Formats: sequence, structure tokens, C-alpha cells
Amino acid sequence: MSATAETVEQVHSISGEKYKYGFVTDIAADKAPKGLSEDIVRFISAKKGEPEWLLDWRLKAYRRWLEMPEPQWSKVQFPPIDYQQYHYYSAPKSDDDRPKSLDEVDPELLATYEKLGIPIKEQEVLAGVAVDYVFDSVSVATTFKKKLEEVGVIFCPISEALERCPDLVRKYLGTVVPVADNKHACLNSAVFTDGSFVYIPPGVRCPMELSTYFRINEMNTGQFERTLIVADKGSYVSYLEGCTAPMRDENQLHAAVVELVALDDAEIKYSTVQNWYPGDEDGKGGIYNFVTKRGACRGKNSKISWTQVETGSAITWKYPSCILQGDNSVGEFYSIAITNNAQQADTGTKMIHLGKNTTSRIISKGISAGKSDQTYRGLVKISPKAEGARNYTQCDSLLIGDKCGAHTVPYIESKNKNAIVEHEATTSTISEVQLFYLRQRGIPEEAAVALVVNGFCREVMQQLPMEFAVEAQKLVGISLEGSVG
Amino acid sequence: MTAVSFLDGGLDGGRTLPGEGLAWLKARRDAGAERFDALGLPTPKLESWKYTRLRPLDDTHYTPIGDDADATEIANLPSVGDVAARVVFVNGKLRTDLSDLASLPAGVRFGPLEDILADDPAWAEAHLGAVADDTDQAMLALNDAMMDSGFVLHVAKGVALTKPLEVVYVGGLTDQAVAYFPRNLIVIEPNAQATLVKHHVGRGVGAYFANAATEIDVADGAIFKHYKVQAENMQATHVATEHTRIGRDATYECFNLAIGGLLSRTEARITLAGEGAHCGYHGAYMMRGKEHCDNTSFIDMAVPHTTCKQVFKGVLDDEARAVFQGKILVARDAQKADGRMLNKTLLLSDNAEIDTKPELEIYADDVQCAHGATTGQLDQTALFYLRSRGIPEPQARNMLVQSFLGDALQEISDETVREVLMDRVVHWLPAHCYLAGEWKESA
Amino acid sequence: MLEIKDLHAAVDGKEILKGVNLTVNPGEVHAIMGPNGSGKSTLSYVLAGRDGYEVTGGRIIYEGEDLTDLDPEERAAKGIFLAFQYPVEIPGVPNSTFLNEAVNAVRRYRGEDELDKIQFVKMLRAKTKELNMSDEMLKRAVNVGFSGGEKKRNEVLQMAVLEPKLAILDETDSGLDIDALKIVSEGVNALRSPERSTLVITHYQRLLDYIVPDKVHVLAQGRIQKTGGKELALELEEKGYADFVGEEAA
Repeated sequence: MSATAETVEQVHSISGEKYKYGFVTDIAADKAPKGLSEDIVRFISAKKGEPEWLLDWRLKAYRRWLEMPEPQWSKVQFPPIDYQQYHYYSAPKSDDDRPKSLDEVDPELLATYEKLGIPIKEQEVLAGVAVDYVFDSVSVATTFKKKLEEVGVIFCPISEALERCPDLVRKYLGTVVPVADNKHACLNSAVFTDGSFVYIPPGVRCPMELSTYFRINEMNTGQFERTLIVADKGSYVSYLEGCTAPMRDENQLHAAVVELVALDDAEIKYSTVQNWYPGDEDGKGGIYNFVTKRGACRGKNSKISWTQVETGSAITWKYPSCILQGDNSVGEFYSIAITNNAQQADTGTKMIHLGKNTTSRIISKGISAGKSDQTYRGLVKISPKAEGARNYTQCDSLLIGDKCGAHTVPYIESKNKNAIVEHEATTSTISEVQLFYLRQRGIPEEAAVALVVNGFCREVMQQLPMEFAVEAQKLVGISLEGSVG
Repeated sequence: MTAVSFLDGGLDGGRTLPGEGLAWLKARRDAGAERFDALGLPTPKLESWKYTRLRPLDDTHYTPIGDDADATEIANLPSVGDVAARVVFVNGKLRTDLSDLASLPAGVRFGPLEDILADDPAWAEAHLGAVADDTDQAMLALNDAMMDSGFVLHVAKGVALTKPLEVVYVGGLTDQAVAYFPRNLIVIEPNAQATLVKHHVGRGVGAYFANAATEIDVADGAIFKHYKVQAENMQATHVATEHTRIGRDATYECFNLAIGGLLSRTEARITLAGEGAHCGYHGAYMMRGKEHCDNTSFIDMAVPHTTCKQVFKGVLDDEARAVFQGKILVARDAQKADGRMLNKTLLLSDNAEIDTKPELEIYADDVQCAHGATTGQLDQTALFYLRSRGIPEPQARNMLVQSFLGDALQEISDETVREVLMDRVVHWLPAHCYLAGEWKESA
Repeated sequence: MLEIKDLHAAVDGKEILKGVNLTVNPGEVHAIMGPNGSGKSTLSYVLAGRDGYEVTGGRIIYEGEDLTDLDPEERAAKGIFLAFQYPVEIPGVPNSTFLNEAVNAVRRYRGEDELDKIQFVKMLRAKTKELNMSDEMLKRAVNVGFSGGEKKRNEVLQMAVLEPKLAILDETDSGLDIDALKIVSEGVNALRSPERSTLVITHYQRLLDYIVPDKVHVLAQGRIQKTGGKELALELEEKGYADFVGEEAA
């Protein structure tokens, strides 16, 4: 069965329960009391047995956070966030006694993963993917550690990395996204509970794709994971991130930070399929996804490539960016963002060209349906020293229905005459004659829409690793459910 | 009221302004002053002023133009040739000796604002502020408060002018820094047609600050062509705020050629208010030295079946900086909108800078909208090609720049005007203007 | 096969078809000729069920069933195929994916098993070979960057793959040079069979040199004005449509 046919079937199969991942796992959790204060920051740090420097770092971030204003420049709109209504720490009870193998993992937890469509064992065996599961902030099972250890790759929860290789963490943490970068990142710096840490030693090509599934389960839990990936000289890693969250009426906050560092000749490929709960048709509930993702191409000939498929969240606010410091370094951003119903997304990228002959490429495909509003916001900045820099941007929007909005806000700032920047953007709709043509060949309307949309997104889909691409294609169909007819 | 440090006497200089004694105008001026007071001078914190700071206003103290007529000798004013009428302002004051309003066609009113305020205050009251009713623009508020010159163009229903009208503003011929606040009012009634060419000429080295506001009403079925050549001097600060409303099946064509000024900025807000309305809003900018040029526009495609096209191209040398911020808004249900925007810039020097932001904000689905932007240097292959055919590098560079900008000038539908403007482009090019004649013939 | 009775249809509230009557039996090839604006394309869209083409009177009976309320995809599944005058571009969707979707959608509708990837590719290869087409066309996005001739050949390929009972060729000859016209016609002729009926809509007679019709109808001013054998086409070629257009346009 082809992907689109599958999509359609999926659409039908979920029409009863709508959001497939909207279940709640009943696991006794170990939580901090609601609210945010210095005491809570200390509580989190103590709970995790962190070194003094990190506590100081967190406290510094917390104090800056108190003073910082919310970012006002994006197009998304929401009532003021009551930061005191969230729990900033929540870990499954079994934390004290970590499972040594999957057999020791709470069966309910495994069942949860089952529902998410990630059978751990099967994935271990078939896909060869090492998955660092983040379940309400704390990693509970890490697989394939051995194989990675053999080549010297460190892939573990960041809390564990603080014990195993504190110097590495300290050396890079906060160097790409500074503590006070923006209010959301600042909050993350103060209260992050877990996330992944990856270190690829010089010359190593990571033998498998690394993957983390994030999931917000506890009610009223903010999720603040922090990911740090360091690719040392001449190394390569491909990292996959998938996100789902259960259905809740309240708005949950997700303020993650991802920092990537690529040294000389290193390459990092970071792929995301984001399918957080988007809220219901009227915009009730859903995740506030306020994420700061940034990569630094520190070394010469380094490369960082972001690929994202964004279909979830009530509000998305994220701009995976590249700072191209090293000469000849390359930054890429491939994005598909789909908004439906009352979703809002303000997403895009920043490419900061500092080194000579740096190149960047931005391909963004936005699809707006229902009453949703979507903005592409991008910055291409060429500094005076970025001799020979080159950027190409292609930014296309597709509108489905007459109640949605699609906006394109590209900023181009060039201070170098030898740099070439090219930006192209289009906005259009699926034409009536396209749909008629496909339907005349026997393809039902919803499948026809999914087919056209998948075609529209093809350039980006091709950037995704195989398993992800299949999942992403399905999501396109699911996300656009009810947007036609 | 806060002190307005850049202006001698502040907003309340005690001089006599046009329309003195008109209560409605006084109210308008007071409201403008109050609004400017509340808003303050724009800063880069405002999105629409992100890349432009009114730096000259920091350390220069400007004197508003006085009541005395200017009598400076002046010659060789630019012109597009055979025009229907012409109004000339020198240092902000009307110069009747240089103007020519003798043979205005029937159905056309064209002359200084103060005359209309004196002769037909009711008409002025009805039209002043009718299009420019925004409350968020400090520079418009400042003009509201201080308007002291400017012109009125009123073309009656169905009147089609064949020859263009011309306005010339000359500045820079004073010893002290002066400020003036032209207010221009353009009303093209239904099915009328007119072409207007505005020249801003900087002479001498005197500093001046022109804060102009223009309101343009292109009524149903009317055609208005509006060309502006901005060639201020190296000490000039030129801030223009334009508001345009385009009616049903009406066409507005505008071209801004910017070739001078220490700091120049045009902010246009254009509303396509009637079905079938078309807007062509184009421009070219050529800057060198430390010149700064900002083209900011906001085109509101408010109703179904409207089209707009925007082509802006520019060349930056030395430490010059240009800003292009274009925004096209397609309102909810404004189906079948067709909006195109293009901005291309060549950087000729290591120290030049371009900041561009072509923006689309779209709330209707059945639309065709596109924008593009490029920045880069001269095509090296083309340059090599020309040189390999024996053309010396400086000439070859000029040829390429000329052809690059010429592309934008193609958007000017009036051939005479296009040629005159192309001539200005050629004369801007470095040192090789003697070649201009030959090129023009071969083009 | 197809019986059109006193068909009236309107676009944007304007009546275009004003009482069309037409009967096509299995295996027959009928040509519908007419001047520009006579309602030829409207007729083909109405038969295929395009939105906005409203039937205001009369009936379309296809294999004993009234089509009027069926969606385009349902009509397609029942075996109606429209070769478009201007085949539509679908960027990013490979031709083969599109055909696979279409074939399986139609099979599902008919309650048949879907073809798996291997079966489908096998079938597709066989069809392209039959029609002397290259596989390269299958990898490209649907009609994107195709020449006029390629687009029309692609329509014929789709027809071969979907095996319709009633094929409607809307101005298939438009924009084709004589070589391309021959190739496309050969494709269409190869698909002629006693079970398959064909409606050839055209402005010019030259297509009918290659696809020889059993009957020729003249459609003008929203009605069939005259019906005859293939010789009628030659007559029209000679005299033009002046006799049928009245004073509106000669």
C-alpha cells in the first residue's frame, strides 16, 4: 500500500478518537510542588545531585529570567503564561532504582511506548536505532549503549553525562544558546530536568542514527529538556527527535533548548518530527512549544543540517539556526510546517554567516488549513568578513481554506559584496483544477489533497531518514484531516 | 510638551503657518503635535524603522523656514520637458518666478497648498487627512503639526491630462540648517488621468530636513502615474510619508528614483480599496559615500480581484546602506489577489550594506503571491565577457550596472519619463558619463 | 453505454448546454465537433462531474445509472475517463505514484484487491511498452515540465492504465504537431475495443483522419445541431461552422 493510501486509512481509523496519542499513563510520579522559585531551582539541582557550578548557572539563569520580557515580535498570540501553575520537576517513581534492562521497566511505561508506535525491542532489532527515551523529563532506558561505547560515542541523559564527563558538558553547555538568549531559553537554563547529551569523538562516524522520543505525560508538567550534541573533528552524527504528548485541556509549556557544536570537518544532521498535542478544533488545550535550537559550525568545513516536520502544538515558536563561524562551513534548514484548526506557528531559521565561503540553504514549506495562522520568519545575515558567502532560500506557502493565514517574513542583511543571497517565496492554494484532475482519475478528495501536499513537501521529505519520512507522510494526512470538503 | 531638540522653537515656533485662522486646521495641527509628543521620534525599536535611525537629527539644529520669500538665483532645474504646469519650491518656499501655472487645462487645480487653504478651505478640509488617517506614524503627526508648504493637485472627474505636471523642490542653498514640512494633496477624481513628476534637488552644501507627507486619492477608474526623482545633497535628511488609496478599476503607478541624500526614507502605505484596482509601486536606488536610503512600503490588498507589482533594484557603493522593507497584505476574503514583489541589490564595495525584508501576510487562499530578493555583486562572468570584447573594466562595470537598473526602469510606462530617469542613472555612474550618449543609442 | 437526454448545464449561472441529446453504444467512437464557445469542453466537464458545472435539466444515463449526483472519483471508478485539453501539473508527485494511487483507489472502489508495488510496476511497464513510451516519464512529477506532446501521451498512458469504459478526449489534438498527433492517435486506437466507447471532442477535422469515428455530431450554441457519418467532418472542414453559429459569431 502506498504511503498516501495509508494516510487516508489512518485518517479514517482515527476519526473516532482524533488525536491518537491522547491517552494518559497512570504511573505514580515523583514531582516537585507546583510553581517556580529559587527553592525549586535548588530542589531540581539537589534532586539530580548536580555540581555546584551548575546550580550557580541555574540560579543565574533564574534571576535573569525574572527580569526578562517575553519575546513580543512573533505573530503568535496567547494569554499571559502563569508560570506558577506548572510543576517543574516530575520523574517516574522508579527513578531511585533505575531499571538495568527493559525487563525492569514499568510495564505500563512500555505499554505507553507501544501506543506511541515505538516498540522498543522491535526498534532495537530492526531499525538499529539507539533510543534514549525521555519520559517526563527523566531518561528511563537507554539502549545500544554498548555498541556506541565501543566507538567512543557518548549518548546518554545529560544528567548522566554530568557524572561521566562533566568537563565536556561544562565546556560546551550554554556556549551556543547563552543563558539569557531569550526568556524561554533562560527558563530552560534555570529548570531543565533532562535531555540528551551526545559526544562523537574525532574521526568517528556514528554507527547508527541516534533517537530520542520526548513525551509530556504528567498533568501540568512543563517539559524543559536540554540537548547538547558535540561532534568533534571529522565526525558525523544523525540525530532524530520525535515528540508526542497526551491530550489535555490545559495548555502545557514546552521550552526546550538544543545546542549543537560541530568542530572542523564534522557534520551533524538533526531531524525532528514534532507532533505535540495541538489542542482541539476550537483551540482549547495543546502544547506551547517554545523551543530554542541553534547549532554552531565552529570548525572549518563543518556542516549542520536541520530538518523539521512540524504538525503539532497549539503554538509553535522555534527557529533552528546555524552560526557559520568556520570557513567553508555549511548550514541547512529544511522545514515542513502544517497548521490546522486553531494552531499557530511562527517558525523559520537564522543563518549567520561569519566565516569565509560559508553557504546556507533554506527550504521551507508551510501549509495552513482551518483557522490556523502560520508565519515563516527567517534571517540571513552576512557579516563583512564572510567573503564569498552564499545563501539560497526557497519559501513556499500553501493555503487550504479561506479562514487561515500564511505569512512570510524574511530578513536579509548583507555586508559583503562578494556574498550572494537569493530569496524566493510563493503563496498559493491547491487549485480546483488540480483536485478535479486527480479526482477524475479516481482518487478521493482527501487523498488528492494529501497527494498534492506531499508533492509540495517533497524536497524536504527527501531530507528525512527513511523511517521518519514514512511517519511524516502519514502525519501530513492526519494533520489535514477535515480541512477540505 | 517635550522639547523637540532638533527644531528651533520646537513645535510651537510662533511663526505664521499657512491656513492660520482655520479652526479645523488648528485642531489638526494640535492633534498632530500631541500625537508626535506621545510617539516621539521613531527608533529602530519600531519594526518599520528597524534599519533606519534618524541620526542627523541627533546633532543638527534645524530652523523652520521663515515667512520671507527666498530670492536665491537658480538655474538649470531638472525637467522632463514639455509639461502642463510646474510648481517650484526653493528652501521650502514657493517661487512664483520659477513656477509656471499659466496654462493649466480646464478641470485641473494645481498649485501651492496655502492657496487652496485660502481659496477653498472647505475642499481642503474635506480632503486633508482623508487618506492619511493613520495614528501610529510619528513623522506624519509631525507633518500634521508643522505643515508649512506643499502642493495640491486636483483633477476633476473624467479629465485626462496628456502632459505631465511637475513639482520641483530645491534645498541646500542656505547657510544655516533649515527644516520644512511639505504637505501634498493629490485627488484624482473618477475616470480622470494624470501624470506627476516630482524632483527633489539638492544644491550646495547646506543641511536641511524635509519631512513631507503626501496623500493620494485615485478614485474609481482613474489612472495616476507618480514619478519621483530624489537627488538631495549630501547633508539632506529627506523623510517622506505617503498614503494612497486606489479605487475600483483604478491604476496607480509609482516609481521612486533615489540618487542622493545623507538619509532618505520613503514610507508608503497603499490601499487597494476597490475591485479591479492595480498598483505598480517600483523604484531604483543608487547610493554612495555614507548615504542611507530606506524604502518601506505596505500594500494592503483589501478587496478581491486586485493586483500589485513591486520591483525595486539598487546599487550601493562606498559605505552606502540601503533598506528595503516591503509588505503585501492580502485581507481575509480578498480572493484572486495577485501580488508580486522583487528586490535586487548590487553591492559594489566591501563596506556597503543592504538590509531587505520582503514580507507577505496573507489571509485569503485563492491568491497568487510571490516575492524574491537577491543581493550580490556584479556578474563576474558578464564582466569578463565584456572585457574580453575589448571594453575596459570601468566601462564594462557601468554597462552592467546600467542594464541591472534599467530593468527596474522598464516598469515606468511613460516613455519620456523613463528616458529622463535613465539619463539620471547614467549620470550617476562613475566618471564615464561621456559614454552615456553612445550607450543610449545602442540600447 | 451513454445516454444523454435533454441535458442543460450552467457555469456561474450562465446556461451553456441547452438541451443536448446523445446516445453512444458500446464500442462506438463518436466525434463531437463545434466552434469555440459552443459548449464542447463544458460537456466533457459535466460528464466528468467537475464542481461548478451545474446540471440544470435533463439526465446523463451511464450504464443504466443516472450520474448526476456522483463525485468525479466515483464516476472515474465506474469507468469514465476524461483526457484533459490542458493536463494539470502536480509538482513533486511522481507520475508513477500518482498512477498507483489512482489504480488502487479505483480498485478499492470496485471491491477489488489493490495491486502491490511489484504487481503495479509490472503492469505499468507492460502498458508503457505497448504504447512505446519511455519509463523515464514515470519518474517525473505529473506533467511538470512536460512538452505539449508529452502531456497528451501521458493522458493516453493514464487511460491505458485505468482501462475506462467510456473515454472522453477533450481537444486532444490541440497544441500538437503532426508527428505527436500521430503518436497520440496510435495510442488511442490501440485502446479501441468492442467494450470501450470513445467521445472525441475536437474543433478540427484532422484528428479524425487518425481516429476514425462512427458518428460525427456538430455541437453549436449548446445543442447538437447535426449528426452524420465521418464524411460530415470533411464537410465541416470545407464549409466551417458558419451554418450553425447564427448571427452570434461566424
